[in-house]
Amino acid sequence: MLKREGQIRIPSGCAISGVMDKKGRPFSGATIINSISVMRERSNGLGGGFAAYGIYPEFKDTTAFHVFFDDKIAQGELENQLKKYFKVIYKEAIPIRRVPSIKNVPIIMRYFVTPKIEKIYQTNLSEEDYIIKFVFNVNTHIEGAFIVSSGKNMGVFKAVGYPEDVGEFYKLETYYGHIWSAHGRFPTNTPGWWGGAHPFNLLNWSVIHNGELSSYGSNREYLKQHGYQCNLQTDTEVVVYLFDLLYRKCNLPLDIVCKVLAPPLWDEINRMPKNKQQLYKSLRAIFGQALLNGPFSIIISTNEGLIALNDRIKLRPLVAAEKGDMLFIASEESAIRAVCYQPDKVWHPRGGEPVIGLVETSIRSNINLKEASS
Amino acid sequence: MNLNYTTPEFIILRDLQKCNNCGLCVKNCSFEAHYYSKHQRVESNSAKCVNCHYCVATCPKKALAIKKHPLEFRHNSYWTESAIKDIYKQASTGGILLTGMGTDREYPIYWDKILLNASQVTNPSIDPLREPMELRTFLGTKPGKLELDKTNNLSELMPPQLELQIPVVFAGMSFGSISYNAFKALAIAAHKAGIYFNTGEGGLHKDFYEFASHAIVQVASGRFGVNQEYLENSAAVEIKIGQGAKPGIGGHLPGKKVGEEVSKTRMIPLGSDAISPAPHHDIYSIEDLRQLIFAIKEATEYKKPVLVKIAAVHNVAAIASGIVRAGADIIVIDGFRAGTGAAPTRIRDNVGIPIELAIASVDERLKEEGIRKHVSIIASGGIRNSSDVVKAIALGADAVAIATAALIAMGCHMCQKCYTGKCNWGITTQDPELTKRLDPDKASQRLLNLLRAWSLEIKEMLGGMGINAIESLKGNRLMLRGVGLNETELKILGISHAGQ
Ligand code: SF4
Repeated sequence: MLKREGQIRIPSGCAISGVMDKKGRPFSGATIINSISVMRERSNGLGGGFAAYGIYPEFKDTTAFHVFFDDKIAQGELENQLKKYFKVIYKEAIPIRRVPSIKNVPIIMRYFVTPKIEKIYQTNLSEEDYIIKFVFNVNTHIEGAFIVSSGKNMGVFKAVGYPEDVGEFYKLETYYGHIWSAHGRFPTNTPGWWGGAHPFNLLNWSVIHNGELSSYGSNREYLKQHGYQCNLQTDTEVVVYLFDLLYRKCNLPLDIVCKVLAPPLWDEINRMPKNKQQLYKSLRAIFGQALLNGPFSIIISTNEGLIALNDRIKLRPLVAAEKGDMLFIASEESAIRAVCYQPDKVWHPRGGEPVIGLVETSIRSNINLKEASS
Repeated sequence: MNLNYTTPEFIILRDLQKCNNCGLCVKNCSFEAHYYSKHQRVESNSAKCVNCHYCVATCPKKALAIKKHPLEFRHNSYWTESAIKDIYKQASTGGILLTGMGTDREYPIYWDKILLNASQVTNPSIDPLREPMELRTFLGTKPGKLELDKTNNLSELMPPQLELQIPVVFAGMSFGSISYNAFKALAIAAHKAGIYFNTGEGGLHKDFYEFASHAIVQVASGRFGVNQEYLENSAAVEIKIGQGAKPGIGGHLPGKKVGEEVSKTRMIPLGSDAISPAPHHDIYSIEDLRQLIFAIKEATEYKKPVLVKIAAVHNVAAIASGIVRAGADIIVIDGFRAGTGAAPTRIRDNVGIPIELAIASVDERLKEEGIRKHVSIIASGGIRNSSDVVKAIALGADAVAIATAALIAMGCHMCQKCYTGKCNWGITTQDPELTKRLDPDKASQRLLNLLRAWSLEIKEMLGGMGINAIESLKGNRLMLRGVGLNETELKILGISHAGQ
């Protein structure tokens, strides 16, 4: 039998796109669908997905679990677990519309939950680690259940199909968010598993990724030492965990995190002033195994913004543009121009030079859907 | 008549048409395998030949050749030639059999049963001639976090590290076991290549203080040459607990190798045997090791990493874990193929485990225990070439140490007679007539050439895998596949079989 993705590693090529409003104003998912659809030939219909931020303002303080189930048994099992560890504020089936090209549809649910305080105390974990532990447990141990996303005021929508079909399937044009990213996949064989599509998410982090990490084995070992189980065997998973480790746990600033993942070359470091040399030397010495090697362009999104990053020698395409408060990032310029008429500025970030777009008013502040859209 | 049971191992072939009787071979052979006959003809005594090739290489007429002696015992798969000859030797001397270099027995060579990966299509390979390819490596304990101030400068420097331009260092070889010139060649080469040489347990001759910034000074059970000045004139300090060629036993430098310079450097009387005890007599347990580690750290003001070197033995993973907890910054694991100046043959050939398995299991164990980041691992003992280096790092080492390969680069021909002190190539001898055969400048150039060649090859292999920094190879066992290995071996190595 063909192994499911996650049991084996499947290299793939891809299209990526990301759009954000730096002022935090929500806009419809139609924009990102239009952008990614331009790059149809970069994917092959075997995986597409979106991450949307700011879409659940009425539940902004609860964790939103998007979950796929193979069957009712898995669903029952997860819901039992969920009841044990969380208070479920609201649950529903994620609304979908039938699209002919999207087949083998699993049960797709979303749950808005808050962790049970007394349980957290018992475990001695932070709220984030508590949720991570739950997600790891479900995804490894409950057969037929897969938590797709686990952040606040955000969600991941993905499927096996072309991204624009996936967008239509999930009715994304009816959602309003201030940060969107999208991914179209070109895997080298037929995984046929929904969980394998991008974005890949953990807490508020979502990653879409074009490329293959030749450092995967090394990165995975590094993460293992820090308590992360890479059970999906996808490169993207590694990127998410590295961000979580470096940014949340090691407390490094975002730009420094990017410099760990795609560090400057030694030649460049040698030319820096003494204090910077010391910094970069230490970063490379200490976090060397977190370096992402091999070709990649990635977009990482959180509630606070978008980060785009290329490998150090730019082996995959990445273009960025700005117009007013809007930031656009995509594999190809065409995908930007399709949704942005006459951008103020278009540029090709150099290898290892991150593009960091932050929301001016933090997303955790009150952005009210109705107010903003009216 | 006193019958000699031992028959010659080699036969010296002299082409009499070419030989002009110049007698250079007579002068050159420290084993006295060539001599003048009564008729003033140069002749050879094959029984004394050790097959070191020195006469062959230096004969101006190219008149000499050496072959394995054709004399054979009646075939017997159990009572082999070496089994029989060893008994003859012991029956005549009553002593422990001695030998030099690493074991020459046919144990499995895992390096040769592991294959590397390369990129195709989905992931471009990187051309090291056109793209940067980085091999710089840091050895030492790494903090889990890095504190930065508001301007993104370091609030605290990281613990001391050894910075290597290529992930290779020279393993411990003492002045005493090797010659002054050989030692000097290693020091010069390490200095120029941006790596480190290791004093072994023989102290550091004052002449070499200029290379101190590239010296790892060893503190072994004999404590030869150890004093404050010695510790200060170093980049790092290594506590040698054991070595792969002879795990569990000490060392013995015969008095005849202890000339004036060796005696001064080791701080022992001229001509006295230098005997290092099997254990350190202040380390009978892991907490004692901790005390020594911290005594050295105190003495060097926490400015230098402390290495602990052990032989790869059966429970190496658990021992390594203890050593990390005892505070070592770097662990050197020396596999059973490691060389040495002198070792009892039985120990050399029967004790210890292969470095490939040791590295994989130590790396795995330390990761499981969450302490791998506290320590760097150097794999040592029989590293022969650049692909061994790449495989060692992918199996979990941070760097490798080489000694035999370095000696071969300087001219060693692996005759395994180092323990006699008569090395014709001027390497493992203190005889001034022999040591002057080795020119330290030329020898260091050959070492540099070797290191350069290996680094070019490593870059090619990395590029092929689509990697442009050595960090991304570390512990990257997905880049490895086994051929002809059984389930257990694959499991210990943590790799899949080719085709999987
Ligand atoms: S160092 Fe000298 S004596 Fe030892 S094996 Fe090499 S050539 Fe022979």
